[in-house]
Amino acid sequence: MSEHYTLHVNGVERAVQDAWVGENLLYVLRERLGLMAAKGACEQGECGSCSVLVGGNLVCSCLVLAASAVGEPIVTVEGLAPPGAPSDVQQAFVDCGAVQCGFCTPGLIIAAHDLLDRTPEPTEMQIREELSGNVCRCTGYGRIIEAVQQVAVARRTADAGAAS
Amino acid sequence: MTVLVPTSLDEAIAGLAANGGATLLAGGTDLMVEVNEGHRHFPWPDDGATIIALHRVPELATWTYDVPAATVVLGAGVTWATIEQPPLRDLVPALAEAARTVGSPQIRNAGTVGGNLATCSPAGDGLPVLAALDADVTLLSAGGRRTMPVRDFMLGVKRTALQPGELIESITVPVLQGWQGYSKVGVRNAMVIATASACVATDVPSRSIRIALGSVAPTVVRCPVAEQFAVERVDWDALTVDAGDAVEFGRLAAAASRPIDDHRSSAEYRRHAVAVMAQRLLQRAFPGGER
Amino acid sequence: MSAVDTGTRTRDVLGASALRPDGIAKVQGTFQFSSDLGGDGVLWGATLRSPHPHARIIRIDVSPAWKIAGVESVITADDVPGQMTYGLIDQDQPVFASDVVRFVGEPIAAVAADHPETCRRALAAIVVEYEVLEPVLDPEAVVAGTAPAIHPNGNVLRHQRILHGDPSVTGDIVVEATYDIGMQDQAFLGLEAALAIPDPGGGGVELHIATQWLHEDRKQIADCLGMAPEQVRLVLAGVGGAFGAREDISLQVHTCLLALRLGRPVRMHYSRAESFLGHVHRHPATIWMRHHATAAGEIVKVEARFVFDGGAYASTSSAVLLNAITHTQGPYRCPNAVVDGWAVRTNHLPCGAMRGFGVVQACFAHESQLDKLAEACGLDPVEIRVRNVMHTGDRMITGQVMQNVAPIERCLRETAALPFPDEPVGGHDGDVMRLPGGAGRTADVGHVYRGIGYAAAMKNLMYSEGFDDYSTARCRLADGVVTLKFATAEVGQGFVTLAPQIARDVLGVDEVVLDRIDTGVGSAGSSSASRQTWMSGGAVNAACIAVRDRLFEHVAARHGVEAASLRIDGIEIVDESGALRLSVADASAGVEFDETREYHHPPTEDLDENGQGNCHTAFAFVAHRAVVDVDPDLGLVKVVQVATAQDVGRVLNPLSVVGQVEGGIAQGLGLAVMEEIVQIDGRIRNASFTDYLLPTMLDMPPVVMSFVEEPEPLAPLGAKGVGEPPTISSTPAIVAAIRDALRQAGREPRLDRVPVRPIDIIGVHERPRT
Repeated sequence: MSEHYTLHVNGVERAVQDAWVGENLLYVLRERLGLMAAKGACEQGECGSCSVLVGGNLVCSCLVLAASAVGEPIVTVEGLAPPGAPSDVQQAFVDCGAVQCGFCTPGLIIAAHDLLDRTPEPTEMQIREELSGNVCRCTGYGRIIEAVQQVAVARRTADAGAAS
Repeated sequence: MTVLVPTSLDEAIAGLAANGGATLLAGGTDLMVEVNEGHRHFPWPDDGATIIALHRVPELATWTYDVPAATVVLGAGVTWATIEQPPLRDLVPALAEAARTVGSPQIRNAGTVGGNLATCSPAGDGLPVLAALDADVTLLSAGGRRTMPVRDFMLGVKRTALQPGELIESITVPVLQGWQGYSKVGVRNAMVIATASACVATDVPSRSIRIALGSVAPTVVRCPVAEQFAVERVDWDALTVDAGDAVEFGRLAAAASRPIDDHRSSAEYRRHAVAVMAQRLLQRAFPGGER
Repeated sequence: MSAVDTGTRTRDVLGASALRPDGIAKVQGTFQFSSDLGGDGVLWGATLRSPHPHARIIRIDVSPAWKIAGVESVITADDVPGQMTYGLIDQDQPVFASDVVRFVGEPIAAVAADHPETCRRALAAIVVEYEVLEPVLDPEAVVAGTAPAIHPNGNVLRHQRILHGDPSVTGDIVVEATYDIGMQDQAFLGLEAALAIPDPGGGGVELHIATQWLHEDRKQIADCLGMAPEQVRLVLAGVGGAFGAREDISLQVHTCLLALRLGRPVRMHYSRAESFLGHVHRHPATIWMRHHATAAGEIVKVEARFVFDGGAYASTSSAVLLNAITHTQGPYRCPNAVVDGWAVRTNHLPCGAMRGFGVVQACFAHESQLDKLAEACGLDPVEIRVRNVMHTGDRMITGQVMQNVAPIERCLRETAALPFPDEPVGGHDGDVMRLPGGAGRTADVGHVYRGIGYAAAMKNLMYSEGFDDYSTARCRLADGVVTLKFATAEVGQGFVTLAPQIARDVLGVDEVVLDRIDTGVGSAGSSSASRQTWMSGGAVNAACIAVRDRLFEHVAARHGVEAASLRIDGIEIVDESGALRLSVADASAGVEFDETREYHHPPTEDLDENGQGNCHTAFAFVAHRAVVDVDPDLGLVKVVQVATAQDVGRVLNPLSVVGQVEGGIAQGLGLAVMEEIVQIDGRIRNASFTDYLLPTMLDMPPVVMSFVEEPEPLAPLGAKGVGEPPTISSTPAIVAAIRDALRQAGREPRLDRVPVRPIDIIGVHERPRT
């Protein structure tokens, strides 16, 4: 366990010391940097619970070799909004009943933010396709789709208000 | 340091030359699954092996459209997310259709066309398309460059012609003039490994029809008998095909498959599925005929 | 969603869509799941498992593991200080196998080390020598008595008959078939994880654990540790879903043993592959049913035979079988019945609780039968069901009289009246994702047929057969603030949302604090069997009422009024005359009332040898309609819409009920078309999310729903549990819709197994019947 490297996480340089080379980014974020929001549920990129942004791209952190993620900005759910001051997407998930056990939720939150940043007014089918890599076992997805749609409408209304 | 993250192709090649047994890491969507499952052990606790991560090599992450040659040259590190979208979607639509079926959006943001080739899984989604389009793969090492047809590069289940010290530099994909499409059967409507897949590509000026099948043999299968049959039966002026000929095309394609039974499906279903997909793809390519 | 108004909230009392108190923490990633617990110096634990379905252990040599740097402990059966076996009903499962292994994945040893990779290498270093034995894999061989015993307790976990009415009765119309149900996994996302912290001196242990029932876990753990229950304290760590898979213990004893052995905290996390081996699953089952009916379609008798494969250990197999056979009739009148049920031990993965608990299997069979009956009688699927619905006061095949509200006809009629999808096959936008095969572009619109199917279900609520699964709650009121304490496992279902709603309703307060969920209060029973709203809701309600009574006495004494004249009005206390009106906050200033109550449901009884007895506590009902698009040539399915009307008694939180309904249907859809653990020669072949497929957002359709609200007089809050019914009849409704689509395509579909595979739809590879 002799890897030393620096990751750029949520705008902060974070040193990783004495790591094992085979550690994935999810493990390093959680166990070495104390960022527990991203969750591990499949270790194969088949559930999306560990989603983070690396270099601006939504990826499964369990499939990123941590030591290879040097030099690129990494954003986790902790970097989206400060504790107690949820983002619009986060608040909408709570308000719409999109959260039950909550294990898939951080991954969905970051995926939904990414979707709405790229596609501000997604159709229902776009939401379904873009979030199809995030498996939820509790909700049946209906309230999650509702939450994303609610944010899209609220942002459009806010933009219209700002423009007038 | 055992993880190299080169930021240029020269640096990557130099690193590879200096570490003959290095493990190449592209998008990580195959390799990291093996690491996480403990199937691939890195040295522990001492160092010694080298991993060369290729995702920050700009030459590998770009693509070019060579108009005179009518080819698209894809850097090995071009992701499925890029291939899925215009302008690549308009140049190689079948590859874009295959790209849209690869894993999840997260996987498509990381996974690369070069990685797909290097892993050479029987179920690799891009592989039937590359085979149908007669794509070439260019391999690079400190000793030089060599190019071979993708079909020759794929040797068996997770076996390729890639030699130690070599990396996949690019894949050259001909831009055809004619309909092309990809079809894939899985038991879920997203994020699923192919039970069986097929690509049909046509080039009208050269009156060429190609079909390649995935997940029905150790590597991708081209079906020359079916291709020849279709070339002869298609009405090239009207761009139509008779329904009965399409069915026969499917039957001939399925006859070229060599599927197995496994926990995902049966050989019988796979053979059936490629017949149906081949038939439907041909009818999409030549839609005017009676159904 | 339609016909359901989640409403606007003024106060978060009963009936309001109160929001989850843990919601913000969950969306921000600060909520602590069991796998988030750790810290510096906490060792990792890991488990060595059997690679064989059946083998004798000749020798275990753990010494190579000890030689690996970073390994702190290696334990085997020799290190179990207390009872060597555990189990929910029968204690027949070894903590560690020492002489024989009975399934692939059975624990043999555990290690603790400084890093997960060290653990992995330590496990690989342990040498176990086996004499491989022939596995028993055919449940029918066990029933026939031809399989050798693979456990000292024998291979028959339960055999139970039901004989009711006149077995010689026959009908004008007789339909029969044999149905198969595959093994489903609960597949919660939050993998098994625990943190064990030993007491200084080793006199006890504190276990932070994601479970469904803290007190039952504690009992089993204490027995195996050789400790008194009080020495073992359990704290509910954040639970990432449960669905039955956390009813049995898994890593609890192992983690505690390692921590106690080392005198250091130890945490253990399962991987996904290990999770498939480490918890029980839904029983695979083979069910034969024969229904007799009059020419008009009135059911006169049902005959059935159930064979449930319980796998290697008993778990709750006997209770699951009871549920299955006692629900043979479904939500329909049936005067005569002859039923034979077996739950047997094999060398497959152990099976036990999963949402629906035996009724899922029975329902797939009886609903498929009802459709056959409809066809034979020339009735439509809704009409055949309505013609047979059970009513309050009807006698069931166990002889038990239906005591509950039973609005089954309303469920069916309201389901049928819900709007159909307005999109044609392929949709208006032509998005390929709307077609079967999705992104795979396998079908064009012309290849696809749309079908509609109906199903209905009855589900028992709470535990059965004499089990007193009571629940305890403590309520404390001081200075206008209520603090609630209970051991009810919050697994995502939302009891932490509901409990404060009850307190606000009963006590007229707004601020409700939830104390930590742990074993520091009496048992709440399990978060299963759709029971916590009724049971723990009943306990919280009772504790709050007890506090309210004391508050009223206090106010009465102070203000010179009769306590009996007082009531809560919003956040105030008023008396009958209207002369007195004061806020609860003021009334409770400077005083404290603290009451603990248990809620018990009426007693139930065992079945006799003929399957007669008042074995169940209560029942709920539901109907589903599915609309599916099917590609008959490739055998691919896209579920387009599910409609449902559910008997809920009374809606206490509309948003929570919607979540249970939609989530339950997603699991029913999974069983219908994709979810199955595949075992070949006793070995699981798809222990990963790559190959065990869960419905994604592209597989789960919109749900339209209607709540049938007829308050249940026997329920403390008028509400029935809502968790299980959505999972139960959604599966047969989807399969019925697939059959309907195939008939329109000119096929003769049988589809007598779930999940329905592509090969079943295209009609190749059909299982030979004997």
